[in-house]
Amino acid sequence: MPYQPVVLWTDALIYLLLGLALAMVWYTRRHEHLAQPWRRVAGSRTGQAAMVVLAFYVLIGLLDTLHFNPKTSDGEDGKPVYSTEVLSLFDVIAGPLRTQREKTYSAPFASHLFSKENMEQADGSVARDYPRLVYGGAHLDADGNDRAADIAWRSLLGASKGALAWAVLLILLCRFDRHRLRRLLTGAMANPWHVGAWSALALMMVFAAVWELAGYYHVLGTDKVGEDVFYQSLKSIRTGLVIGTVTTLVMLPAAIMLGIMAGYFRGWVDDVIQYLYTTLNSIPGVLLIAAAVLMMQIYMSNHADEFNSLTERADLRLLFLCLILGVTSWTSLCRLLRGEALKLRELEYVQAARAFGVGHFRILMRHVVPNVMHIVLITIVLDFSGLVLAEAVLSYISIGVDPATNSWGNMINGARLELAREPVVWWSLLAAFGFMFTLVLAANLFSDVVRDAFDPRLRKQR
Amino acid sequence: MTAYIIRRLLYALPILIGVNALTFVLFFVVNSPDDMARMHLGSKRVTDEAIQSWKQDHGYDRPLLVNTAQQGAAVFTDTILFEKSIRLFLFDFGQSDSGRDISHDISQRMWPSLAIAVPTLLIGLAVNITFALLLAFFRATYLDFWGVVLCVAMMSISGLFYIIGGQFLVGKVLNLVPISGYDTGVHAWKFIVLPMIVGVVGGVGAGTRWYRTLFLEEVHRDYVRSARAKGVSEHLVLFRHVLRNALIPILTGVVVVLPLLFIGSLLTESFFGIPGLGSYTIDAINSQDFAIVRAMVFLGAVLYILGLLPTDISYTIADPRVRLD
Repeated sequence: MPYQPVVLWTDALIYLLLGLALAMVWYTRRHEHLAQPWRRVAGSRTGQAAMVVLAFYVLIGLLDTLHFNPKTSDGEDGKPVYSTEVLSLFDVIAGPLRTQREKTYSAPFASHLFSKENMEQADGSVARDYPRLVYGGAHLDADGNDRAADIAWRSLLGASKGALAWAVLLILLCRFDRHRLRRLLTGAMANPWHVGAWSALALMMVFAAVWELAGYYHVLGTDKVGEDVFYQSLKSIRTGLVIGTVTTLVMLPAAIMLGIMAGYFRGWVDDVIQYLYTTLNSIPGVLLIAAAVLMMQIYMSNHADEFNSLTERADLRLLFLCLILGVTSWTSLCRLLRGEALKLRELEYVQAARAFGVGHFRILMRHVVPNVMHIVLITIVLDFSGLVLAEAVLSYISIGVDPATNSWGNMINGARLELAREPVVWWSLLAAFGFMFTLVLAANLFSDVVRDAFDPRLRKQR
Repeated sequence: MTAYIIRRLLYALPILIGVNALTFVLFFVVNSPDDMARMHLGSKRVTDEAIQSWKQDHGYDRPLLVNTAQQGAAVFTDTILFEKSIRLFLFDFGQSDSGRDISHDISQRMWPSLAIAVPTLLIGLAVNITFALLLAFFRATYLDFWGVVLCVAMMSISGLFYIIGGQFLVGKVLNLVPISGYDTGVHAWKFIVLPMIVGVVGGVGAGTRWYRTLFLEEVHRDYVRSARAKGVSEHLVLFRHVLRNALIPILTGVVVVLPLLFIGSLLTESFFGIPGLGSYTIDAINSQDFAIVRAMVFLGAVLYILGLLPTDISYTIADPRVRLD
């Protein structure tokens, strides 16, 4: 085999999450009362546009999750030898973006380095000037005069490729049905699918144009060690998504179980669980995270040989961060669920079930859990954007992800001191903020739509 | 009322014990003092003598829970649990790992924290309520719609962006106030303005949207309809009836965070170089000074619990129907 698959811890959790999501979709499709709120989500124009953006991020995140070790050579006994470097499918697709490194900073679309260097001229004299980049804009002529025309031409080319891909995708989705395609694009369907379709077109054209340009330029410049910022920003998507979703995944079982038990059983169970979450809640979150991460750092530096590779270590640190973020964030959901379970246990159908002698476990599973699921779902979606933003802040205080992990927080952290430079190095910061803003904005809009669709209290008002 | 307050304070005790137990486990059981010493002394090939002397200097050379070498009460008092954890209950924070008196540091550093946090909170509150009332007044119009869109967009921007952008724009491009630092007395205002503005702007999106929902919930109540039917003008309805009733959840939300203002904002303070408790904590995290982090965790928990008490009392003031018993 030309590669050896690698499943990191967070990869495994992402696959689990994906599996759960697919199972949920399958289950929801067969139950009308569960599918109805989702139809309301699909019926929202904002929801459609937000979903397209989120899908784009999720796609890149998933591509970046399929990890493997590439083969370096064939061993002597015919067995292939694998590199210890962990790559992902996304790295393969990005190809040159990953490998084409410059020496240090260069501005977006630049053809020359950002700082002057001593260069030996053809006649042997030494001049101090900005050297040409090795890869960025290397196809331009010596002065780079044709750059504007080149950029315009290439982005046009890229955008038309994107539009073509979009058209093919849409035709496939409509299963070659001309009428369905027309109804889809003109908005004649029950749900405003046309909003989603047109936003997908815009997104695909922009992305394809940038992608086309990225093969010839450093679209968002390069950072201090010459790495392409556009590539970094795309790699950071996975980190952001992992923090936003895996955190919720790991805290969910505890929050649901404890919250419902507290509300349903009352008495001493309630007291113990309330005590538990009040205690955790009374420690300011940042301090608890700081304390836990500090302890983990000590553990990792004292047991450095337990980790096979740097990637594995960084991944475990990411997982640990998710765990500790989960510990600090499960309390609010737990409290909400307790309140809801307190209400539910007094309802007639639960009372009836109890009168029939149904066991506690069955009552919880059949009557209570399904009726609090909308709260769980709303919380998951609402928490997501906050967690993505928290990652950046924590990485800044150096209690976030591993410095070796690509993340928006690390990008900001690395670039913020460069604002003092003259002229200013702004592209790393702006790229990180831009990518983060797009994701969080889409998530915020989507969560509003989901909340409106699922919250029965809001539904009555309309 | 007095009985209630006493009972609440007693209820706080087990929670503080829990917090203390948690920090004890985190700081002394997960990693032994030897690990900590090794971390501080740097290299991996550190001698046992060096570790022992570091532990002795910082008082970590005692047994964890029970000291069998001692007599009488000292069996339990001459241990890490007592010296480093239980003493926190007396607000005796001891010395930091770099040898400074933590209690003294905290009493010095809480003032700059307060000088930034209090005006930020008050001005932020005023701004948020104003905008939210405005949006509630123009509800279901284009102004309202685009106002909410703006709020959501502002919420989606990272707090780091506001800080870095504010420093860059106001401090560097416009050159109005110093980018970072602090001064004693009245001259401190120059250094307070920028973090304050950044704090207010950073919170305006989420705050306005949240308050707008609170106002809109009240606007649809029956008593508001009665007031309108009586012929009360719209702005009087808004200010006299809606605002006052919506203030209950707003106030309780504010009172909870009041004690935590002492701790200040970790981010703002470290970015703007304010010598408050927030930057104190950040410095401690960066230099891995566990004594300070431990003290701040405990202090934070105490302040949080203290904050819950006036919240309950403020309920009774804002809403006479609520009785505490």
